[in-house]
Amino acid sequence: MTMARIVGIDLGTTNSLVAYMDKGTPRVIAGRNERNMVPSVVAMTDNGLIVGDPAKEHLTRNPARTVYSVKRFMGKSLEDVQGELTYFPYTLTEQGGVIRFKLGEKTYSPPQISAMILKELKHRAETHLGESITKAVITVPAYFNDSQRQATKDAGMIAGLEVLRIINEPTAASLAYGLQQKTQGTIAVYDLGGGTFDISILKLKNGIFEVLATNGDTHLGGDDFDRLIADLFLEEIRERHGLDLHAYPDHMQAVRLEAERTKIRLSDVLKTTATLDLPDGKGRFTRELTRDQIESMTMGLIERTLAPCRKALKDAELTPDRIDEVVLVGGSTRMPLVRQRVQELFGKIPHCELNPDEVVALGAAVQADILSGGTTDMLLLDVTPLSLGIETMGGVMSSVIRRNTTIPAGAKEMFTTYVDGQTGVDIHILQGERELAKDNRSLARFRLKVPPLPAGVPRIEVTFLIDANGILNVLAKDMRTGQSQSIEVKPSYGLSDSEVEQMIEDSFKFAADDVSARKLIEARLDAGAMITTTEKSLLDGGHLIASDNIATTRTALAALATAKDGTDPRAIRARMADLEQAAKPLTVALLNDSLTKGLQGKKVSEVT
Amino acid sequence: MARSMCWHCQSEMAGEYFCERCVKVQPVSKDLDYFTCMGFPRRLTIDPRQLETKFYELSRAFHPDFFQNKSAEEQTISLGNSAMLNTAYRTLRDPIQRAEYLLDLEAGAVKDIRTSPPADLFEEILKLQDTLDEYRAADRASSTATTLCAKLQAERTTLERRQQDMETALQQLFTQWDALQDRGEVTDQTRAERDRILKQMRGILSNRTYVKNIVNDLVATIS
Repeated sequence: MTMARIVGIDLGTTNSLVAYMDKGTPRVIAGRNERNMVPSVVAMTDNGLIVGDPAKEHLTRNPARTVYSVKRFMGKSLEDVQGELTYFPYTLTEQGGVIRFKLGEKTYSPPQISAMILKELKHRAETHLGESITKAVITVPAYFNDSQRQATKDAGMIAGLEVLRIINEPTAASLAYGLQQKTQGTIAVYDLGGGTFDISILKLKNGIFEVLATNGDTHLGGDDFDRLIADLFLEEIRERHGLDLHAYPDHMQAVRLEAERTKIRLSDVLKTTATLDLPDGKGRFTRELTRDQIESMTMGLIERTLAPCRKALKDAELTPDRIDEVVLVGGSTRMPLVRQRVQELFGKIPHCELNPDEVVALGAAVQADILSGGTTDMLLLDVTPLSLGIETMGGVMSSVIRRNTTIPAGAKEMFTTYVDGQTGVDIHILQGERELAKDNRSLARFRLKVPPLPAGVPRIEVTFLIDANGILNVLAKDMRTGQSQSIEVKPSYGLSDSEVEQMIEDSFKFAADDVSARKLIEARLDAGAMITTTEKSLLDGGHLIASDNIATTRTALAALATAKDGTDPRAIRARMADLEQAAKPLTVALLNDSLTKGLQGKKVSEVT
Repeated sequence: MARSMCWHCQSEMAGEYFCERCVKVQPVSKDLDYFTCMGFPRRLTIDPRQLETKFYELSRAFHPDFFQNKSAEEQTISLGNSAMLNTAYRTLRDPIQRAEYLLDLEAGAVKDIRTSPPADLFEEILKLQDTLDEYRAADRASSTATTLCAKLQAERTTLERRQQDMETALQQLFTQWDALQDRGEVTDQTRAERDRILKQMRGILSNRTYVKNIVNDLVATIS
């Protein structure tokens, strides 16, 4: 059985792409303008929201209402990005630990802005393929933490896409290379993009892509190179013309864009001239720059990528000479100095046969094809980039799942009480490599419900499960009663489920042609809730009904799950009705049971 | 080796991880140890290539990637089985973790092993701790520091040799364990032999961690 088409999406800091598998070959889908890349820019204009190339023009025209580099804000709080706020022309606020962009009257969270880019890609794929697209694989930097991954998944949902898998950018690139070259051996993927840096070390053997170690910096990329060059321009404009361009947001954007173009030109030529028009009739600023000059300016940034490379090698228990191939990914690897330093570190000439801007999207399409059952001989075994732990007494982090553990990964921890009659245990989940809890990323807090008993008697087993997306799931079980407990995990830096749902609703207000997709999403949400409830009922009341009733309920459950994966909201509603019918004996039995229990311990006189 | 009845079609299970009748994946039983799960006997010498081959084979069977089109139950089982397989592989791949796991299975409660200094090195380690403290307090440029540093370097060599000895001793115990298991007899004598090997292994493992921590501390201080 093959399912509806799944597309692969590279949601980048600077540019985004969508690709699909065309008879065994991954292809990037071009837009009407023949360009493969959609600039990751969203502008709020008087005529509504626009995305991509046309939005890019608004960067200088209307900087306060044009968002770029939104990826740098995914899964972050305002405090996290405090240091670089001056670089961005738009107004940021925070609500419930999540950043919001203020564009005109309304505010938008980073997942909402990302969703607009995703919708553009979705639309592009639908136009090209002539079918409705509802499922996607989306790539993220390997070093993204849980909140950043969750935010990306939320963005997909808001865009009306079911995100079947979040995969890491360097590993996606390795899939594209592996497919093309049938490589075997140990490879290092060096991925320097617009805003993030990743290094992944993989072992390729008989179609298995096993990640041995990964490392990186989610705040290091082409943007930072541009800033250094832009700062140079700004300084010289101040000296030469007595002008502080910080007061001119539109010119600040022009400086940033010219810095980026200058950097790009200097990857091909040794010398170039940057040109900028100045405000207030101050004429024009020109500056000649050589490749040597920008290399000495940006050397420090490039060196910063080498430490993670060494750490990854150490974690993989390998020395550089044990790496068979090195692959370059991301637009910033076009810089000659980057190539040179990578070559020096690993002692071999890096591969760059595939377009470094497109290889991640191509790999995402390969992974999409694996999930849809098309490609069956390849399998990616990725790892979790950061250690997962819990805060223990004294504010220390106790590691539960170590970094570079192959995912899916699970670990169990037993919890008990310290005080007689204590009814809850607070658990604080962290991610990071530091000793102290406060130095690591807070992922979530929750309260474990415990029956009131003498101290130390309750035994609650908590299972931490990192799924194939690198996203954490938590389950708790009372070992004395065997009862499972559903845990309401409040993310420290993320949108709550209801906020995401609200945003899904809002997103449809922007586009009237999405009514059917909306029906589908609602049907899926309802179906999901029904599946969860019924499964819980089976767990609680399975013993109360006949075994053929259980079997019928299970069959109806499975049918609903299959329908939920499909794209027909009517089919989902029909299967929901079937399940309701099938589960009736169970529902009735549970009702009777709770009624009987409620009556126990009451005198006959009270019952009447 | 899953449970005896298929969760889906309720038929008797003959297959290992998949029901032969309805071809549904079966949850790996919680009682199954990692050796059995990976198809290896409880031995301490394992060919890493064979282990990897088995890991890849089972990954292809269990990984959630291949269950996207399947029911929610099957997806849950696939996730659980994959997580369990990954833990099993990680544990068995590393000789020390493998030995600790086997100790846990055979003698129980390995987590409770306190790391302890080797009895004959106890005094020496106490002295070493003092030297370390002195060195940390000393002015790095002074001649005292130079003397202390040389002393610490010598200690480091001694301890690293000791680490080597422990690795060798462990390796011997591993071989002895495997030979005893291969013989397969159960007599009072083999039982006593078994207990001796496990006890010695536990001892070395606890000393090993202790010495390793000291050496790490030492290296970090003088580098």
